[in-house]
Amino acid sequence: MHEMALAEGVLQLVEDTARREGARRVQTVVLEIGALASVEVEALRFCFAAVTRDSLAAGAALEIQTVPGAGWCLPCGKRVPMRELHGACPNCGSYQVQPTAGTEMRVKEIAIE
Amino acid sequence: MCTTCGCASGETRIEGEELASAHTHEHIHADGTRHSHPHDHLHAHGHGSDHEHHHPDHGAMPAHGHPHAEGGWHDHADTTHTRPGAATLHYGAGPARAHAPGLSQARMVQIEQDILAKNAAYAAANRSRLAAAAVLALNLVSSPGSGKTTLLVRTLEALKAELPLAVIEGDQETAFDAERIRATGVPALQINTGKGCHLDAHMVGHALDKLPLPEGGVLFIENVGNLVCPAAFDLGEAAKVAILSVTEGADKPLKYPDMFHAAQLMLINKVDLLPYVQFDVEAAIAYARRVNPELEVLTLSASTGEGFAAWLAWLRQRLADVKATRIRQLEAELAKLKGA
Repeated sequence: MHEMALAEGVLQLVEDTARREGARRVQTVVLEIGALASVEVEALRFCFAAVTRDSLAAGAALEIQTVPGAGWCLPCGKRVPMRELHGACPNCGSYQVQPTAGTEMRVKEIAIE
Repeated sequence: MCTTCGCASGETRIEGEELASAHTHEHIHADGTRHSHPHDHLHAHGHGSDHEHHHPDHGAMPAHGHPHAEGGWHDHADTTHTRPGAATLHYGAGPARAHAPGLSQARMVQIEQDILAKNAAYAAANRSRLAAAAVLALNLVSSPGSGKTTLLVRTLEALKAELPLAVIEGDQETAFDAERIRATGVPALQINTGKGCHLDAHMVGHALDKLPLPEGGVLFIENVGNLVCPAAFDLGEAAKVAILSVTEGADKPLKYPDMFHAAQLMLINKVDLLPYVQFDVEAAIAYARRVNPELEVLTLSASTGEGFAAWLAWLRQRLADVKATRIRQLEAELAKLKGA
């Protein structure tokens, strides 16, 4: 969903930082995307290449670190792995699972020169 | 954030006018004057000689006339003005001020920021502005054709004698919806998102500048008809209201869970058509509560008015909460002032 808007958001953070640091070029952009963040990674890569054209980040490598999903199951009273947002608990089948990890969409760091 | 979902920006229009780019761009002249302008601003500077011109915003753009990613063109007519450090000049502008020319060693810089951080900041600004005016702002989200605008028109007709009201309409194209709203006598502002698939907090902030704020009343923001993208973009609203009509599938809350998860209230609309369609109301509610156990649900018909009393009561209650919060804040401030 809305990967183009996300790519624009990434570019803004990257350019703000790169300019502040006096960078000539951005080599690598490292993102952290949770497995439950509803982001299509391939679509995001495509959009990133499109929005970074003619920017400081033109041609930069995009490294995406995936964070596995996890949640707190209320009936089980423990942390369980989650494969989809709003999915059922793999132990008890309940849908009362609060996601605790895997919803991140962050720009982690950039390599500049 | 530019939220144009196509590559081109400059697509977003508020009442037909182009929305300025989110990012302004600032120059500081040697004499200390500072001016800023949006990126899509077209200008040429004519400079006197020996005029120093810093570009804190430009990073390592080496050329002097340069196109911006947004399509603006920035041209410096005078070639004699100096920039500190010539070709590698911007290197020293960083906080370290120690970047030696020629040594282009890559280094890592931590950012650790949410991708939607800019939108979140605009949303927070909208939220505090709305709270200060004791406005209940609701973000109405649904598929196209669920009856959002009809629902809105009937709601406005029912409340306009009682409360200050205003509407922000989001659609990709046309001002048809805003015209329908204005016909009720309530002020409405149309945002056209062009290729964009959702409203964002920056667009809404601009709309708030132009629209008379309904102080102590309700602002309805009718989002672009889309059950996917608007879920992720906080506009600064008090609550998202998802509308599902009985001519759609009862399983939509499971197919588009993010939206029903983000909503506080689900309105099941067009219930007057229930005898003619196969729509299991109980199943739809159960599916929606599976993704959002706290979701409130009301059933109604925007064309017959069935169920409207409960919807209007919900609105009045939420508005009373907003006002009560504002009154508490103001009283606390007053008490502080009096005590000081």
